[in-house]
Amino acid sequence: MHEYSIVASLIDRVQQEAAVHGGTRVHRLHVKIGELSGVELDLLKTAFETFRERTICDGAELAIDRVAASWACPSCKRPVLRGAILRCDTCGRPARMVEGDEIILERIEMEAPDV
Amino acid sequence: MCETCGCGDPEIVPIEVQERILSDNDAQADHNRSHFQGLGLLAINLMGSPGAGKTAVLEATAKEAGGRLKLGAVSGDLATERDADRLNASGIVSATITTGSACHLDARLVHRALHDFPVSDRDIFFIENVGNLVCPAIYDLGQAANVVTLSVTEGEDKPLKYPVMFQKADLVLLTKVDLLPHLDFDVAAVEDALARVMPGANLLKVSAKTGEGIDAWLQWLEERRPAPVEQATEGHVHHHHEHQHEHR
Repeated sequence: MHEYSIVASLIDRVQQEAAVHGGTRVHRLHVKIGELSGVELDLLKTAFETFRERTICDGAELAIDRVAASWACPSCKRPVLRGAILRCDTCGRPARMVEGDEIILERIEMEAPDV
Repeated sequence: MCETCGCGDPEIVPIEVQERILSDNDAQADHNRSHFQGLGLLAINLMGSPGAGKTAVLEATAKEAGGRLKLGAVSGDLATERDADRLNASGIVSATITTGSACHLDARLVHRALHDFPVSDRDIFFIENVGNLVCPAIYDLGQAANVVTLSVTEGEDKPLKYPVMFQKADLVLLTKVDLLPHLDFDVAAVEDALARVMPGANLLKVSAKTGEGIDAWLQWLEERRPAPVEQATEGHVHHHHEHQHEHR
């Protein structure tokens, strides 16, 4: 249930940004969550709905951009299919994850009269 | 004007952040890592299910090392100090990080433990994480390597079921292999599953009970030990550090 601690970090971060920009109310958060990030989207949403109350995120929407995992050879860049052996067919090197482990706060939409 | 959603509200502004949500943990982990590196210490984040044999592997490691290496450990435990007691008895200087209901260690908990832990004269420092194949994988603690224990009683498909954990592993220890004659466990199947989630899949078969494979595991550790650091005149090397207290 690390989703709760992730949401706690998320709201802290939003509060910092709000302080910097003179934000008064947050309307929407855009986050990017990779398929292999270890974050369960339903749990993340539930945790956010629980923790946003009485914070600057109260009533804010959590918009989640889910990123599928993909792998490729680090030298010849050939894609390695997920579910396959994670090694390049051609040169034999171990594949590297191209994307899919993101846990990123992309953007905050907030009321900030001074910006 | 809000350009993102086009709602037309004049006061809503988009603030670009594009940062990892756990950036605070990452920064703390980097801080821990610089401590470990400054001390010339190999720090290992040891993870695995409850009962996979993390503590038993460490006990066997101490036995095999036979005083050649100074070993230290902190053990994450929800409620007891049993693991640290066992490790201390085996010759590994140990302390417990009691996590309460938290299912994983984070960099801050490890850092706090370092303040009370005589880490500076150790060669290898094990961070025995809370038994769990999910949450601990997400938190960088400042370790040099992640090692995951998987016991032969858990089933060959565990890597496919918990890909995040195994993907982050630098080494998987297949534990309790002394039980293989009594089980239907297929070692080739677990190797195949692992190769589909862990790039450069690396598996060592060990038994804490018979000592099988513990020499290879110890060699793996030795190969990763950093070059010795020259001792600073006062205690250990203490670099740019935003807090004032000393680490022992």
